[in-house]
Order: sequence, then C-alpha cells, then structure tokens
Amino acid sequence: MIKLLGAFFLALGLIGAALLGVVYQIWLSSPWQLLWLPITVVALLLMVAYLTYAERKIIGYMQIRIGPNRVGPRGWLQPIADSIKLICKEIILPAKSNRFLFIIAPALAMAPALAAWAVIPFDDGWVFADINAALLYLLAMTSLGVYGVIIAGWASNSKYAFLGAIRSTAQIVSYEIAMGFALVGVLMASGSLNLGDIVRAQSGSHGILDWFWLPLLPLFVVYFISGVAETNRAPFDVAEGESEIVAGFHVEYSGMLFAVFFLAEYLNMILIAALTSIMFLGGWLSPFADTPLESLFAWVPGVAWLFLKTSIFLFLFLWFRATFPRYRYDQIMRLGWKVFIPLTIVWILVLGVMVVSEFAWFAPAVSSTV
Amino acid sequence: MTSLVFYIFATILIFAAIRVVTVKNPVHASLFLVLAFFTSAGIWLLLEAEFLAITLVLVYVGAVMVLFLFVIMMLDIDHKTLREGFGRYFAIGSFVAVVVLLELYMVFKAKGSDLATTTAKAMAEDVPNTVALGKVLYTDYLYPFELAAMLLLVAMVAAITLTMRPRRSNKYQEPSKQVEVKASDRLKVLKMPAEKAE
Repeated sequence: MIKLLGAFFLALGLIGAALLGVVYQIWLSSPWQLLWLPITVVALLLMVAYLTYAERKIIGYMQIRIGPNRVGPRGWLQPIADSIKLICKEIILPAKSNRFLFIIAPALAMAPALAAWAVIPFDDGWVFADINAALLYLLAMTSLGVYGVIIAGWASNSKYAFLGAIRSTAQIVSYEIAMGFALVGVLMASGSLNLGDIVRAQSGSHGILDWFWLPLLPLFVVYFISGVAETNRAPFDVAEGESEIVAGFHVEYSGMLFAVFFLAEYLNMILIAALTSIMFLGGWLSPFADTPLESLFAWVPGVAWLFLKTSIFLFLFLWFRATFPRYRYDQIMRLGWKVFIPLTIVWILVLGVMVVSEFAWFAPAVSSTV
Repeated sequence: MTSLVFYIFATILIFAAIRVVTVKNPVHASLFLVLAFFTSAGIWLLLEAEFLAITLVLVYVGAVMVLFLFVIMMLDIDHKTLREGFGRYFAIGSFVAVVVLLELYMVFKAKGSDLATTTAKAMAEDVPNTVALGKVLYTDYLYPFELAAMLLLVAMVAAITLTMRPRRSNKYQEPSKQVEVKASDRLKVLKMPAEKAE
C-alpha cells in the first residue's frame, strides 16, 4: 500500500515537475504571464474533451449515424458525463503487475504531452518559453511519450499489453526518424530552431503561397502522416489493435489511470495538429494576407487562425480513422523505412539546392539567424 | 539558485547511477539509467549547453534506451544465473574500475588540464548555442566530424549485413539447369493393372 501511495505521488510529481519547469521559466521572463498557465491547461483539457465529442459525432455522420445525442442539448454534455464516469470507476491493479511502474506509466505518457506545449507560439510573442532550441525540444518531448506506453505494457504483466507496447515502441522509433528529417527541412527553410522565427519566416508578399507547405510539400505530407503514426492513431493503431490484441498496452487499465492515457493521446493529437499548422501552414498568420480581403479580416486575432488551422488537421485525424482500415504491421514498417525516410532525404537535397540558389521562396536569403 | 538546482540534480544523478548497478531487476536498472541520462541533461542545461542537453534526451533517452528496454523486456532473464558469476568477474571488474579512476584523476589533476583553472571559452551572448556548435563543427572540426560520420555509416552497413537474411522471393529459372534436365528426371511411367468394374 505504501509503495502504491509512493507511486501515486511520484506520478503527481512528474506532471508537477513538468509544469514547474515551465512556471519557473515564465517567472523569469514575465511573472504576470503565469496567469495564462492555468487558462491554457484548462483550455487544452476542454479541447481534449470536445475533441472526443467531435470524433464521435463526425465519425457518426460519416457512417450515417447520429452519434451521441442524449446527454444535454445535442449531446454536448456527453464528454463531461464520460469524464465523471471515468473518475468514479474503480482502478483495478492486476495481481502480478509491477504496481509502482503500473501507476507511474500514465503520468509518464502525460507529462511530455503537457510539457511540449511550453514552446508553442499561439500568436506573435504569445509563447510561454521562447527558447532557441524549441524544435529539438519538441522532438525530444514527443519521443519521450513512448516510455508511458512501453512501461505500461511491461508493468501490466499481460501478454496482450506487452505485445502492444512492443509494437508501439518499434513504430514510434521508426517514424521518429522520418519526422526528424522533415523537421530538418523546416529548419533549413527557416534558418531557425525557434518556432516563432519559423512562423515569421513564412510571412511574405504572397500570402498563402509563402507558407512552407508549398516548397516543403513532400515533407509536409510525411510529417503529418508520421505524426499520425507517432500518436498511434488509426490507421497506424496496431498498438491498440482491438481485433487482435484486445486493447494493446492499456488493456489492464481502468478508471482514471485509463483516462490519463486517453488524455495523453488526444493532447498529442492536438499537439501534432498545432505543430503541423505552425511549421507548414504559417501558424498565426492570416491566410488572407496580401489579398483584397486582408483588411476585411484584420480584426481576427492570430490565435484564431492557429485554432482554425489546427482544427483542419484534427478533422483529418478523425477522417483517417473513419476511412482507412488498419495497416498490417510489416506495411507500417515498410512505409516508414522504405518510403518516408528516402523521400525526406531526397527532398532535403532538393531543398538544399533551392536554398543555396535562392530559388523563389528563399530569394531574400535566409538571414533570420546570424 | 543555480547551485541549488545543480546539487538537487547531482544528488538524483548519483543515486540513479548507483541504483543502475545495484538494483536486481534489469528493467528497473535500465529505467534508472534513463533517469541518470535525464538528470545529466538537466545539468548540461545549467551550463547553457542546450543543444547537447536536448540531443542527449532525444538520442539516448528517446531512442537508444527505448531499444535497450525493448531488448531487455524480450529476454527471459533468470535472476539467479545473473548473479552467479559475481566472484569470477569481481577481479577484472575492480581492475577496470581502478583504471577508470586513474584516468579520471589524470584528467582532473594533471598539469595543464586542471579543471579548476581551465575556463570555457567565452561565448558571444547573442549567438545561440546551437549555431555556435554548428559553426565549429562544420569549420574547425570538419574532418573529425566527417570521419565520425563515416565510422557510423560503416557500423550501420556492418550491422545490416550481419543481420540480413537473403530471402529468395522472386522465382526465376536457370537456363543451364533447364537444358540438362532429361525426361527421366521428371517423368515416371507407372504400369497399373486395369481394375475390374463390378
């Protein structure tokens, strides 16, 4: 029992430490910004709640069903009811599990998913930690999420959970390489690791055409698909694979511990969607810049544009799930290693030529750093 | 404040490093190693070496240790056989420990490389750590850098050749063998008595 309490407090501590680091960083730069921290976290959790609602509704309509419509008007209170249900449920600890690791695993999945948000610029200058190595930091944080999965799978002492963990590990490690190479392309195009500078590098005199989605089109596609694979979402959700390994790594989890895994997965989805829009779709920049409509939409705050762009990718996540059947495992590996990695390497070479020859997008010379 | 953070990190690091070798379960040991990497990355951050710190987390924690755990979890390790060879390995283990200690002493105390008097080269305030590192790597240390890259490439090629199992997935014919085939190799004429219909 004492061991259990210890694990629980360590789990809290892990999430706390992730937040504490952010708090300290903000305190150094501008103390009043701390007010934004709880607002952001609550907003993110609300987004997660309503993303689950959107998922059920959208997939419902795609399959010509209605989706949840009983709790509250049009089912709007469904996610609230779901979370109350999950909080009240009993947490079952498998008899021969490793209790300590079993309990901290969800926290290990959750902490990096939250900590990554520290460097996301919501608008020009609206960022908690404006660090120079933000892109690397994000790559590190997204790669840490795998520990939650692998420890959960091992600590459950169940074959299904373990198989799920092994699958997920191999998949995440493989797709991380393609993801990293896609980010190298972004780094080359913008000349900076700072996310704010990356967005600023996408502003220009041609509006939408200046955003990186066009010169980095293959990397854009590879990054988003790798992101879907990294978050273990359909059609790459072999780690859960209900039809063959029941629910994969979280088969033994119930109640709140399961809910934390769920939260982490959806937080990661929102994170990947936000990152894709920041790095390839111009982040907070208005899509109507340098068109006759520009002044008409000047009142829209940048954060609203970011939210809209993020929503596009979140919709894609759900659309994929409703459309594609699950990949076979060897097909996932082949796509990652034999298609995406060579594709990104080739495009990095092409991009190098474009940057050096100051072709179209790179005409004013990449001069944002040094 | 910085020194307080340093001492907290150093304590955790030393504790984790000791637990790596003392803990019984190999999975726990590798998790403690992850903790050790993570806290040493924290210490590097205090030195304002953010690129190295984040790369340590990215490469060692995010990839290498995940594969370690992957392999260790797959192995069926018997704790008893693991502890058997203690006496046998103790002598050579302590020898290695002494050599490492001596080397450390030489690094720290030898004349000219005394850490207390050596100060890191002052970095320009406005140049980010990552940019500074990149400039040094691709100018002053270009050849060592390329050599290291070649070494890694060779290691990768070697690892792939060692583990590759050539599999005949395409079915092709060898004309020379086809020509040599005689009818007797393929065809066998059996004589069967006719059965009576009843």
